Amino acid sequence: MEMKKPVIKSIPYEEFKDNETLESLITELNKERTNVVVGALDDLINWGRSNSLWSLTFATSCCGIEFMSVGAARYDFARFGFEVTRNSPRQADLIMVAGTITHKMAPVLKRLYDQMAEPKYVVAVGGCAISGGPFKSSYHVLNGVDKIIPVDVYIPGCPPRPEAILYGMMQLQRKVKVEKFFGGVNRQQKSGDATEDYPIIITNVPQDITDKEREQ
Amino acid sequence: MFDFSIITTAIDQFLRSLMPSAMAVFLECVLVAVCVIVAYVLLAIVMIFMERKVCAAFQCRLGPMRVGFWGLLQVFADVFKMIIKEIIHFKRTDNLLYNLAPYLVVLSSLLTFSCLPFARGLEVLDFNMGIFFVMATSSFGVLGIMLAGWSSNNKYSMIGAMRSGAQMVSYELSIGLSMLTLVALSGTMQLSEIVERQADTWFIFKGHLPALTAFIIYLIAGNAETNRGPFDLPEAESELTAGYHTEYSGMGFGFFYVAEFMNLFIVSGIASTLFLGGWMPLHIPGLDGFNAVMDFIPGIVWFMGKTFFVIWLLMWVKWTFPRLRIDQVITLEWKYLVPIGLINLLIMTLCVVMGWTL
Amino acid sequence: MNITFIPLSEFRPRMEALRQEKGMDFLRDIIGMDWGEEGIGAIYMLENSTTKENIAVATRTTDRENTIIPTVSDIWQIANMYEREVFDFFGVVFSGHPFMRRLYLRNDWVGYPLRKDYDESEALNPVRMFSEKNEEDYLHTLSPDGTITTTLDNSFDDKEYVINIGPQHPATHGVLRFRLSLEGEFIRKVDVHCGYIHRGIEKISEKYTYPQILALTDRLDYLSAHQNRHALCMCIEKAMGLEITDRTQYIRTIMDELQRIDSHLLFVSCAAMDLGALTAFIYGFRDREKLLDIFEEVTGGRLIQNYNTIGGVQADITSGFAGKVKEYCKYILGKLQEYNDVFTNNTITRKRMIDVGVLSKEDAISYGCTGGTGRASGWSCDVRKRHPYALYDKVDFKEVLYSKGDCYDRLRLRIDEIKESVKIINQLIDNIPEGDYKVKTKPIIRIPEGSYHAAVEGSRGEFGVFIESRGEKSPYRIKFRPMGLPLVASMHTLLKGCKIADLMAIGATLDYVIPDIDR
Repeated sequence: MEMKKPVIKSIPYEEFKDNETLESLITELNKERTNVVVGALDDLINWGRSNSLWSLTFATSCCGIEFMSVGAARYDFARFGFEVTRNSPRQADLIMVAGTITHKMAPVLKRLYDQMAEPKYVVAVGGCAISGGPFKSSYHVLNGVDKIIPVDVYIPGCPPRPEAILYGMMQLQRKVKVEKFFGGVNRQQKSGDATEDYPIIITNVPQDITDKEREQ
Repeated sequence: MFDFSIITTAIDQFLRSLMPSAMAVFLECVLVAVCVIVAYVLLAIVMIFMERKVCAAFQCRLGPMRVGFWGLLQVFADVFKMIIKEIIHFKRTDNLLYNLAPYLVVLSSLLTFSCLPFARGLEVLDFNMGIFFVMATSSFGVLGIMLAGWSSNNKYSMIGAMRSGAQMVSYELSIGLSMLTLVALSGTMQLSEIVERQADTWFIFKGHLPALTAFIIYLIAGNAETNRGPFDLPEAESELTAGYHTEYSGMGFGFFYVAEFMNLFIVSGIASTLFLGGWMPLHIPGLDGFNAVMDFIPGIVWFMGKTFFVIWLLMWVKWTFPRLRIDQVITLEWKYLVPIGLINLLIMTLCVVMGWTL
Repeated sequence: MNITFIPLSEFRPRMEALRQEKGMDFLRDIIGMDWGEEGIGAIYMLENSTTKENIAVATRTTDRENTIIPTVSDIWQIANMYEREVFDFFGVVFSGHPFMRRLYLRNDWVGYPLRKDYDESEALNPVRMFSEKNEEDYLHTLSPDGTITTTLDNSFDDKEYVINIGPQHPATHGVLRFRLSLEGEFIRKVDVHCGYIHRGIEKISEKYTYPQILALTDRLDYLSAHQNRHALCMCIEKAMGLEITDRTQYIRTIMDELQRIDSHLLFVSCAAMDLGALTAFIYGFRDREKLLDIFEEVTGGRLIQNYNTIGGVQADITSGFAGKVKEYCKYILGKLQEYNDVFTNNTITRKRMIDVGVLSKEDAISYGCTGGTGRASGWSCDVRKRHPYALYDKVDFKEVLYSKGDCYDRLRLRIDEIKESVKIINQLIDNIPEGDYKVKTKPIIRIPEGSYHAAVEGSRGEFGVFIESRGEKSPYRIKFRPMGLPLVASMHTLLKGCKIADLMAIGATLDYVIPDIDR
């Protein structure tokens, strides 16, 4: 069966980096065949999703300023359909982890991620979010956000240039374009696997509330 | 001028010839409802697209460009995404009210929307208390917003809803007063009749100074009524994250989003109906040749042209001004707009009685 | 730098005397310090705001378990925050302090990280993925017989309408958290929580060599990257007795001022965004991009440039630099009028900002709010004038001062400062002397034993670097004076009786950058 390749306007498929990861994802998702109607619906849905990725305004440090630059006049990510940055996690499709995540921030980030509605994507922007960056040896820095939430795209740089952020967003679009809504592996299971790999105890409900419930 | 009622009457007669009249009426109701909803959704999509492009133009940006030619399909992509986005259910919300709220908001704007006279004979709800009905239906949207804020069990939503309540109920008054001013001028409350009476000149010219004042008050109050900047306190992005709809995801949020834009359309539509003559072409008394040329342009084009002009004005305002603070919003209404509106009504009445209109 | 040590028993009366008799009203910084065998304590850097006289005093105790120093938080208001920081990092309890609890780290954090005997193992402090319990306030009182009693004191009770602004909130400019108690729209109480971006830069610096530390300063306050690095380089050069060339001084001064323009542009645009004027925000960013082009050409970086090095700058300026800077200066002066038209002179902006968040001169000094915020209150606190460095004593510029200290003054002051920066640049840009852009240094840099301090005027206040060296290739203790912490501390005073919307106006015009506060 021929592989369905995601198309991004004006940039040929071959020019993208790391096509191997994408292709292995496609083969994994297409193990079971789907019928034509469902496949067409999938395409429509993926077209909608990939072209309307609204990001959460989340920035902890330097990368946040570059993220703002991407939204401003010269780079303008509205051109690609990343128009609105939503401030409420419920309405966002994507969380751009722009900046260092510290021990104190980690539960907050995890909670934000949990508050988002499916489908949700994570982009790790900058060295700090990917691995801890220049602060890797610190006692208070989380070495990579992929330890607490599943990451879709990594954008290296310190901070990454706006072009790099746009490129990362396009890579995410490509990834969304090959996803399957019907019949395939859906994201819920994928993210579930990710948390199994990294067993981390998460309590969403504040301690005092659960205590009160127990009393009742 | 083409009368749209020819078509509707023809359809009505055709249906009645096929089936009993009760059945025909029922079928017509369904047909009309479908038409209204489709028009509503399509206009909302146009509006959202327009907002993005206008905003981009003001901000030296390009706006959506990649999805479809010139970004034309962008909003469709957003809609697809929104429809299949997960709707989160919460344990600690008042579920009934939480789910009801977005529908109330949409219902309110949908009902008001169906009152608009798009062209001669092309109006769904048209009766002698038209303006009263518009005011009544448009004002229960605030109920949905209050319910959304209260039932979400979120403090940001609550503050947003409270702000919205204070603001929308207050500005309702100014809208009412400026509409009343125009009713005094036109002498009728029926929307189609109001448009017909602007056949010689539009009310904004006929009523000169008091009509212009009423128009400006109406625009300010209408902007506040739709919760758009500089009056966007209920959702105040930089203060309350997303205000009353913070906890809504997927289509729940989509309804609020669509209703906000459609309320803008409705406010502008009513402004163009009351002040700028609705679907009535520009007529200058005495210039018969000019008037005849104007009549060639269909009414729906006139209506849409005027409405979108007002929408553009309001968007311009939104993308220029910073946000007001809640006490300033209330001060503006109760200390300035209401007294001015009241005096203006008095002057208008005087003008009409003394025949000082153009 | 001379440090006078005061024995613990005389500490409190001596500090009071310094404040009352010598008029030391500006507490520049409190530097916690672990001297090892000699004890644990703190260095207080004081300044007289009128005579500009400087003094550094210190006190210490050898008791590592019950380290108690009397508080000075009732003498200088900012000491409240600084002492909490010292408590957080060194476990020094300040007796009599009203809210003695951690400032940056979680309440359940084990150990005090900047102590020399701190155990960094993951087992003690794993990544805790549960929410922090809402903290109680601890009040430590020292009874005459030498025991401390710790009492609990809840700052917010259950009946209050408590709302969290942050840590993830568009108006906090990063990850700061305000806990507010509301009464309708009015703010009754505010509690600031920092530390969501605390990266422990001071601790990692103790392991790094001096050139390595340089990379970290840019990431403190990324909007005054040049100035931060300038301060550190200056401090190291001073310690090493390194003479730098005139060309370097010119380049550094010009770059500092360009960076100030960059930062103030971002300030104006973000203030506009916080008030809801998105168009003005985008205008500011549009003009900032043009400046970043110049930075990129010379330094290779947009936001973080890594340009200054010990003894000079990383690379020489390009040939077209002078022309581009001059062109930009002309351009930006024209655009300032546009900001005034679109945003500053707008009626709504004026209504939102005039008489909101008034910071008196006394409070500004007591809180140590340097930079634009202090100058808007009428306190002439510009380091460039107070303790001139680089070329600032040779150029002619005015220290912009306003008197009222409300949000609107703070906003206008920044726009005026852009004009002053342009003035400075115009005086220097044509006269850059020929010469080396860098002095050759040894591959391994060691600083002679002692304490050193240098300060520059960062984009949002005085940025100070303190280095305690033991003659090694990495510092024994390095401390950066956060420009933003005093500003955040003053929120307590500014927010009383304000509305939620005012919080955004005040927060935007105070102009703090969180990574700089948390370090």
